[in-house]
Amino acid sequence: MDLTLKIWRQKSPDSKGKMVDYKVTDISEHMSFLEMMDVLNEQLVAKNEEPVAFDHDCREGICGMCSMYINGEAHGPDRGITTCQLHMRMFNDGDTITIEPFRANAFPVVKDLVVDRTSFEKIQQAGGFISVNTMGRTTDANNILISKHDADEAMDAATCIGCGACVATCKNSSAMLFVSAKVSQFALLPQGRVEAADRVLNMIKQMDEEGFGNCTNTGACEVECPKGISLTNIARLNREYLKASL
Amino acid sequence: MSGIIPSSSVARKFAMAISALFLVFFLLMHVSINALSLFSKDAFNTASHFMGTNPLIQFVMQPILMVGIMYHIIMGIVLELKNKSARSIKYVVNKGNANSTWMSRNMIYTGLAIFFFLILHFKHFWVEEINYKYIEHLPSDPNRYYDELVETFHSSITTIVYVIAFVFLSLHLLHGFQSAFQSLGVDSRKAKCIKTLGKVYAIAIPFIFIVIALYHHFNH
Ligand code: SF4
Ligand code: FES
Repeated sequence: MDLTLKIWRQKSPDSKGKMVDYKVTDISEHMSFLEMMDVLNEQLVAKNEEPVAFDHDCREGICGMCSMYINGEAHGPDRGITTCQLHMRMFNDGDTITIEPFRANAFPVVKDLVVDRTSFEKIQQAGGFISVNTMGRTTDANNILISKHDADEAMDAATCIGCGACVATCKNSSAMLFVSAKVSQFALLPQGRVEAADRVLNMIKQMDEEGFGNCTNTGACEVECPKGISLTNIARLNREYLKASL
Repeated sequence: MSGIIPSSSVARKFAMAISALFLVFFLLMHVSINALSLFSKDAFNTASHFMGTNPLIQFVMQPILMVGIMYHIIMGIVLELKNKSARSIKYVVNKGNANSTWMSRNMIYTGLAIFFFLILHFKHFWVEEINYKYIEHLPSDPNRYYDELVETFHSSITTIVYVIAFVFLSLHLLHGFQSAFQSLGVDSRKAKCIKTLGKVYAIAIPFIFIVIALYHHFNH
C-alpha cells in the first residue's frame, strides 16, 4: 500500500519542530509499524535526506522504548500493543497517518519522535525497589507464603514496561498509572510491605517534582496501556498514600 | 498534606473527592426537601421553615456548605490550570473519544456551567432570603416558601436555565460520583457497584430537580 505520513520533525531539544509530509510506497500489510518507518527511512536516505529518528529496541513489546502518537492515540489504533506490535493491516491503502512524539513537559523531545523519559527513571530511583541483601545466605523465596490472588495481582502490576503511553494519552499528562503499577507490585507482597510507606511517599513526591499533571480518573491510560495495567492499581496507590500519610 | 491547597497531587485528589462527596450528600438533602413541594404545600413549607430558622443549619451547616462549594470550585480551577501547563505543546491530532468519556474530559466546563448557574440560584433564593430576614427584618412567615418557589418558576427563561443547569449537573456527576470514590482508593471489588450507584444518582437527582422546575412552571 501507499501512504501519506505527516511526521513531527525537530532537529534538537531546543529547536522548533513542525509537521512534515512524506509519501511511502510499497508497504506490505504484514509489516509492523516500525518496519514501515524503516522503509520510509531507507527511501529518505536514498534521496539524501535526514531519516526520521524514533526510539525502538526489542521490537516485540517488551522494552517499552518505541513511543509515537499515531493518528491521535498512543501506540496507534490497536489495543494492548506497543508501536512495534502495531501492524500495517490496521491501515488502508491511500491513508494519511499522523505521527507525533509522546507529548508531556516531563517527556521533552530529544529529536523528531524520540523523547527523554528520564523522569520515569527518577521516579523508580525514588523508591521502586526493595532493599534486600542478596549476598551470602539468602532464604528460599517459597518460605514466605503468598496468596495466589495477591501474587497474581502483583505480577499483573509488574508487567508495566515503563513505556509512558499512559502519560502521553492522559489529558493531564499524569503518570499515576505507571507509578501505581510500580507501587502495587511491591505493596501486594510481604517483601515489599516493609518499605511500603516510604516508597509511596517518595515516588509520589518525585512524580510531582518531575512536572506530571494531576490524575482526574478519566481512565484513558488504562485503555491505551499496552500491558493492560488496571485503574484499580491507582485506587491502591491512593490507599497506600493515605495510609502512609496518616 | 498541609495547607489549604495541598502540595501533593494525590492529596489534592483526596481534597477534591471529599468536598465532592460532601456536595453529593447535600444535593440529596436538597432534592428531598424540594420534592416535597410536588406532593404537599404544607410539608414543603414546614421543612423549608425548619431549614431556614434552625440555628445549627443556619450558622453551622450553611457556612460549611459555602466553604465546601467554593473550595471545590477553586481546587477544580487550580487542578485544571496545573494540568494544562503539564503539556505545553499540544497534539495536532488527538482522539480523546477513543479512550475516555466526554464527561471525564470536560469536568471543568460542566463544573463552570454549574458555578455560573449557582450565582443565579443564589440570587433567586439565598440573597432574597438574607434580604427578607436580616435586611428588611420582615416578620417570620412559615408559609411563604412555597409561594416563593412558584414565583421563581413562573418565568419561562428561569425554568429553561434551571433545566439546562441540571443537565450539566448530571453530566458532571456521571463522571464525578465514581471518580470521587476512585480517588479515595475504593477497592476494585466495590468499584463496580459504586459505578452503577453513581449512574443512578447522576441521572435521578437532576431528573427530579427538572421535574420540580417543570411542575411548578406548568401547574400554576
Ligand atoms: S502503565 Fe502501561 S502505559 Fe503506563 S508505562 Fe506502564 S506499561 Fe506503559
Ligand atoms: S521496541 Fe521494545 S516494546 Fe516496542
